[in-house]
Amino acid sequence: MADLANTGSLQIRDVSKMFGTFRAVDGVTLDIERGEFLTLLGPSGSGKTTLLMMIAGFLDITQGDIALDGASIADVPAEKRNFGMVFQGYALFPHMSVRDNIGYALSVRKRSASEIKARVDEMLDLVQLQEFADRKPTQLSGGQQQRVALARALCFAPPVLLLDEPLGALDKKLRVEVQEQLKDIHRRVGTTFIYVTHDQEEALSMSDRIVIMRDGAIEQVGTPVELYERPATKFAASFLGKSNFITQGDKTYALRPEKIDLRLGQGGSDARVSGTIRSITYFGSMQRIIVDSVQGDEIEVDIDVWRNQEALTEGAKVDLLWQEAAAVELHDT
Amino acid sequence: MHALRKHIHPGWLIIAPLLVLVVALYLGPILNILWLSVTDPEPGFGNYAKLGESDALLRILWTTVRICIITTMFSVTLGYSIAYAMVHCHQRQKNYMLTLLLVSFWISILVRTFSWLMLLGRKGLVNVTLEDIGLIAEPIAFMRNEFGVLIGMIHYMIPYAVLPLLVSMQALDKRVMDASSNLGATGAQTFWRIYLPLTTPGLVASTLLVFILSLGFYVTPAVLGGGKVLMVAEYISVQLLVTLKWGTAAMLAALMLFGVLAMLWIMSRFMKLSTVFGGAAR
Ligand SMILES: Nc1ncnc2c1ncn2[C@@H]1O[C@H](COP(=O)(O)OP(=O)(O)OP(=O)(O)O)[C@@H](O)[C@H]1O
Ligand SMILES: [Mg+2]
Repeated sequence: MADLANTGSLQIRDVSKMFGTFRAVDGVTLDIERGEFLTLLGPSGSGKTTLLMMIAGFLDITQGDIALDGASIADVPAEKRNFGMVFQGYALFPHMSVRDNIGYALSVRKRSASEIKARVDEMLDLVQLQEFADRKPTQLSGGQQQRVALARALCFAPPVLLLDEPLGALDKKLRVEVQEQLKDIHRRVGTTFIYVTHDQEEALSMSDRIVIMRDGAIEQVGTPVELYERPATKFAASFLGKSNFITQGDKTYALRPEKIDLRLGQGGSDARVSGTIRSITYFGSMQRIIVDSVQGDEIEVDIDVWRNQEALTEGAKVDLLWQEAAAVELHDT
Repeated sequence: MHALRKHIHPGWLIIAPLLVLVVALYLGPILNILWLSVTDPEPGFGNYAKLGESDALLRILWTTVRICIITTMFSVTLGYSIAYAMVHCHQRQKNYMLTLLLVSFWISILVRTFSWLMLLGRKGLVNVTLEDIGLIAEPIAFMRNEFGVLIGMIHYMIPYAVLPLLVSMQALDKRVMDASSNLGATGAQTFWRIYLPLTTPGLVASTLLVFILSLGFYVTPAVLGGGKVLMVAEYISVQLLVTLKWGTAAMLAALMLFGVLAMLWIMSRFMKLSTVFGGAAR
């Protein structure tokens, strides 16, 4: 599987997609590095699937260009692009065994039976489905089907693997488990992964870089830490994690709830804001406290449960404190 | 049959009275026919023995089977292309085609049969036109032979062939075909390895439906065959109404019944019949 060492970088240049007069993707420019795990994150209808389908070749590009390792692929049909794809709902071939599903890409390329068998065995090992090789897809659980789809898409060693909400059909617990496996597989095969999701936790925990999309355009690109710690806009700050917005003069700052400290009593010299506790909600690992500031803002504060347990009550007067760097200036117009 | 045993459901009680009625009205006559075939004109298997003795009977059976097989092959092949076109064209055209399909169900078989005579008969539109422009000197014998019967039957059967195919094609997940081309398969490979296998239940249903319906065809062979193409149904009617040999007629009817049942049985050895008739594929 080391045969993809020097291919798999994608250059997306000012790509747009029109459906009639509706602009579903709007001037997206993006450089994706070889071997990167890149996540497209955005609300429903923000153009994630459309962008992915243009990369896969199922949709024509209205404007702009997409290149693989510098060479344009805009005119290459889907079946010639050699991109792996894991479809939402998996789209496994229901009449074929797991083995035949995984080997399909090699068998339509007329490879020898022995080569196909060896490669499929390798893939079955990778996704740990050896004992299920002869079952039909309908005889597998959702998580197992998901891994078959992954193995099928990786079997012909594509330079790029596209995944459209591959975990959407799984329940929360299984999702976390499969996320781990996916991450692990990505490390081992070294393929470029382009991953679509609207689950922000999934995006944060898995990606090398995240692209936040909004109305078909890119809102912000960066590593999970960059995006979480330094959101550029109100939209980015509120879509990835929770955020308070504080206005000072003509500037707006984003402030994460867990970066605020809270102290009983009002008027401390280091307090940035004073206020009254409106509500306390218990979440097990932490408690969320909503404070009405004297300026009339509503500020959310997340506090570890083991702190201040008895003293905090609704209606209590409090001071809010945070470090200078915790408040991030936003650049919305 | 297998499915029946598995689902003994309280709901059966509700439909039981109707079921009894249907069974009585269907099974009664059928048993009566079976009975006739071994008792008329005298008890014993004399009627069935005629199959071995009479060349004429065997020839009729062979003609029937041959015509039915050819009809089925052509109707199902053409039906497959029509269904494919209907599923994969634009919604507007699809509605248009669906209407045409339904209309053809509403037109009586007599009308559809006789209209072929008008088109292709000796003095039909085609022959007259060809003669007028001097392409032929003698009218071409389209009708009053096996060819004519085949044209009429295939034409009549195509809508029946289309329906089950349409249903099975519409139920297909389009993403499966996308997945196939994404994995590098050409259009032809996707068709032969994915599309065709996944529509096979529809294909089998369509084949069974057309073949079984064709076996009992009466009007079309009588009109378009011009008395020269004798199929079982027409022969049975002659035995019943003209020569009054009810025993022979009953024997032939029983034979067709067992033929159809045998076909279903053979089919069921290869695939679950419930998938063919629209059940879930598990
Ligand atoms: N074939 C089409 N014709 C017209 N409009 C379309 C078509 N496909 C998508 N759109 C529109 O383009 C926009 C982007 O759709 P897209 O499927 O890319 O969203 P998405 O980000 O994948 O959303 P989700 O998270 O719900 O899957 C939507 O407003 C959608 O209505
Ligand atoms: Mg989508």
